[in-house]
Amino acid sequence: MNTKYFNLVLGTALALGVSASVSAKTLVYCSEGSPEGFNPSLYTAGTTFDASSRPIFNRLVEFERGATNIVPALAESWDVSPDGLSYTFKLRQGVKFHTTDDFTPSRDFNADDVLYSINRQFDPNHPDHKLSGGAYEYFNGMDMPALLKSVEKVDDHTVRFNLNKPEAPFLANLGMDFASIMSAEYADKMRAAGTPDLIDQNPVGTGPFQLTKYVKDSVIRYAAHPDYWAGKAKIDKLIYSITPDAAVRYAKLKAGECHVMPYPNPADLEEMKSTAGIMVMEQEGLNVGYLAFNTEKAPFSDKKVRQALNYAINKQAILDAVFLGAGKAAKNPIPPTIWSYNDAVKDYPYDPAKAKAMLAEAGVTDGLETNIWAMPVQRPYNPNARRMAELMQADLAKVGVNAKIVTYEWGEYLKRSKAGEHDMVLLGWTGDNGDPDNFLHVLLGCAAAQGANRARWCHKPFDDLLMQAKASTDIGERTKLYEEAQLIFKEEAPWYTIAHSVVFMPMSDKVVDYKIDPFGGHIFYGVDLK
Amino acid sequence: MIGFLLRRLALVVPTFIGITLLTFALVRLIPGDPIEMMAGERGIEPERHAELRAEMGLDDPLLIQYFSYIGDVLSGDLGKSVVTKTSVLDEFLSLFPATVELALCALFFAIVVGLPLGILAAVRRGSILDYSTMAVSLTGYSMPIFWWALLLILTFSVTLGWTPVSGRISVMFDVDAVTGFMLIDTLLAGEEGAFKSAASHLVLPAIALGTIPMAVVARMTRSSMLEVLSEDYIRTARAKGLSPFRVTNVHALRNALIPVVTVIGLAVGILFAGAILTETMFSWPGVGKWLVEAVRRRDYPTLQGGVLLVATVVIVVNVTVDLLYGLINPRIRHQK
Repeated sequence: MNTKYFNLVLGTALALGVSASVSAKTLVYCSEGSPEGFNPSLYTAGTTFDASSRPIFNRLVEFERGATNIVPALAESWDVSPDGLSYTFKLRQGVKFHTTDDFTPSRDFNADDVLYSINRQFDPNHPDHKLSGGAYEYFNGMDMPALLKSVEKVDDHTVRFNLNKPEAPFLANLGMDFASIMSAEYADKMRAAGTPDLIDQNPVGTGPFQLTKYVKDSVIRYAAHPDYWAGKAKIDKLIYSITPDAAVRYAKLKAGECHVMPYPNPADLEEMKSTAGIMVMEQEGLNVGYLAFNTEKAPFSDKKVRQALNYAINKQAILDAVFLGAGKAAKNPIPPTIWSYNDAVKDYPYDPAKAKAMLAEAGVTDGLETNIWAMPVQRPYNPNARRMAELMQADLAKVGVNAKIVTYEWGEYLKRSKAGEHDMVLLGWTGDNGDPDNFLHVLLGCAAAQGANRARWCHKPFDDLLMQAKASTDIGERTKLYEEAQLIFKEEAPWYTIAHSVVFMPMSDKVVDYKIDPFGGHIFYGVDLK
Repeated sequence: MIGFLLRRLALVVPTFIGITLLTFALVRLIPGDPIEMMAGERGIEPERHAELRAEMGLDDPLLIQYFSYIGDVLSGDLGKSVVTKTSVLDEFLSLFPATVELALCALFFAIVVGLPLGILAAVRRGSILDYSTMAVSLTGYSMPIFWWALLLILTFSVTLGWTPVSGRISVMFDVDAVTGFMLIDTLLAGEEGAFKSAASHLVLPAIALGTIPMAVVARMTRSSMLEVLSEDYIRTARAKGLSPFRVTNVHALRNALIPVVTVIGLAVGILFAGAILTETMFSWPGVGKWLVEAVRRRDYPTLQGGVLLVATVVIVVNVTVDLLYGLINPRIRHQK
């Protein structure tokens, strides 16, 4: 009887608690999927970063919200040695970690946390290196193990990174999700308590929101971090309502069940824009879609043939039919939102007659049998590769090139195209750190010619410029080098550059101050509700 | 009865072996491997790729992989997801109640609507009512679930605003999972409005998932009723002067129900298959959606373990139904 009475009281108290918290500002984001986990250094998916690194953690340096330039975050300032081999960071003081059910921090953020976060990934003998599967694919993918010599604690509020070779994009790497700073004190405590798994499952960070609850495949709840170093978030609660289907996300937005949704169906955009109460923000994405010619195979090894094919394909038709207006023609391998974008570069116009003449000059007469590879998946930089390949096939047929369309399952596609089995392959890239090197060197450098460089193109004058730019920390000098590299790229034509897609973010008109993240993330610190 | 039970259970063993072989083979027949999938456009160094493959045990010969998998399963270890690194069994158990709740509600809908429709159609055989009922059930049976689900959402949630679009409960309620069944948990939590929210979230997915079984039940009930209604003992009952209501619902229905119960038992399989689409459309956090995600990520342990667990549930339900069938119909259990 007593328990019944107690339950009644408890129930009433809970009900009152709920009605009190309803007045708190709650933003609901209809996210597209479940995070793989909450430690961003272990994963590579954007969905995971949206749920972990962006709300929960900070990095030493970060990207300005809505832009690609680097701003101070947990590091207040930094110095680079003249030889470019050591980076010294002065850490921000008075930064508080989250207090959770498992953990009450006894100290502020300091150099030990930086050492923990980097060394866990870097040092194979670190006690937590093998924790949670211990695969740090982004850290490895950005070549950090080869780049980094050591990380040292100068004093409690100063850390120094020593590199093996000068690498200008290194600073931008530290702004990436994998370089999120975790609490060393929390890790020690959990390890001592025999529950090291909790370090990654119930994350403790310094970020603007702290995780309060995750129900797998259903909902993620965050509360604003009351002591956030840059000021408490304007919204009190942040909820990710996991909704994988784009049509259902739109229905929820219309029904007022969420405030913001990512990845709308392109076909819904017109209607969204004219729906009362919904606004659609748009911005060019940090990406590029391209057709790479396999320059190791004849006749694509001939520059003239590659140029001719650049004349042969009608770009505008692709933008209209495949991107449905959600794309901007690409002439450079880097998107216009990245610094050093060379607007002086002239794209090849659509000119089938000239293409045919050039092919004849190069000795390619009627009936070149070749192939175009079309990806089996939708990507931000290519909403429908199959359709795109068909358009290209038709254009190429007009200049006497018979291209067969080839496709494989996604993993297989990536593997085989990396091995160079293709003649021409459709692919693309989304930038990681906003540095031109992250496109040019990763996708077109000689070092990648057997890997991510699908054109398998190694051109010494181009590569030399990239290497010079890597070694310099002077942004003015680097800009000049990259601008020149883009001119060489266009002349040599290892790719047919297709488009930079436009990112659309439909949201309720109650949302104030949302900014589209050029890196493709979804960030809610700084956002308010009317 | 014991003999009947043993005979049924003996059949389960080869079924299980078949399932493990099939899932193991199918999962490996899908091209692409989990590591390439994870790396995406970025690619991965061949050495690192080999290292990860070895860690996941994908390097061993297939036969060895299979037997070590069977060994693990027999010792109760279904492995860990290669994506989330958590135990497959734990993930399944945390998501399974959501699927059961949805499936039970869908089944409830199927029976409550299908049974009366079938009886009505049989009694009024050849009437407009009969034809329209059968037309509706045929349509329901042929309808692609994802399309039907979207149609329901657009009509009832977006246009009319009667029901919520998706999920199990409004995100404004934070209910602790005690039993995993949202209807029960909301009652236990006692938050005002939470139960109502959970119940209203169940309506559309239960209809979407329950439509095919509803059509099956209606058609089965009709044909089985028609058969029974033409039996001699029904004519006798009528001749005795029993009320038509009593004849249909007591004398005829009891016998007509036997095949219907079997069909309902088999519907469990249909429900699980349908749950995959329904859960994806309604963002329902159950095992169906979980399996779809596992296919997309080539999460071998989750796929193998998940399919095995779902198959186990289906087998257990089918065996139970068979036993029940034996109870309802004594002729079955005395058959050799």
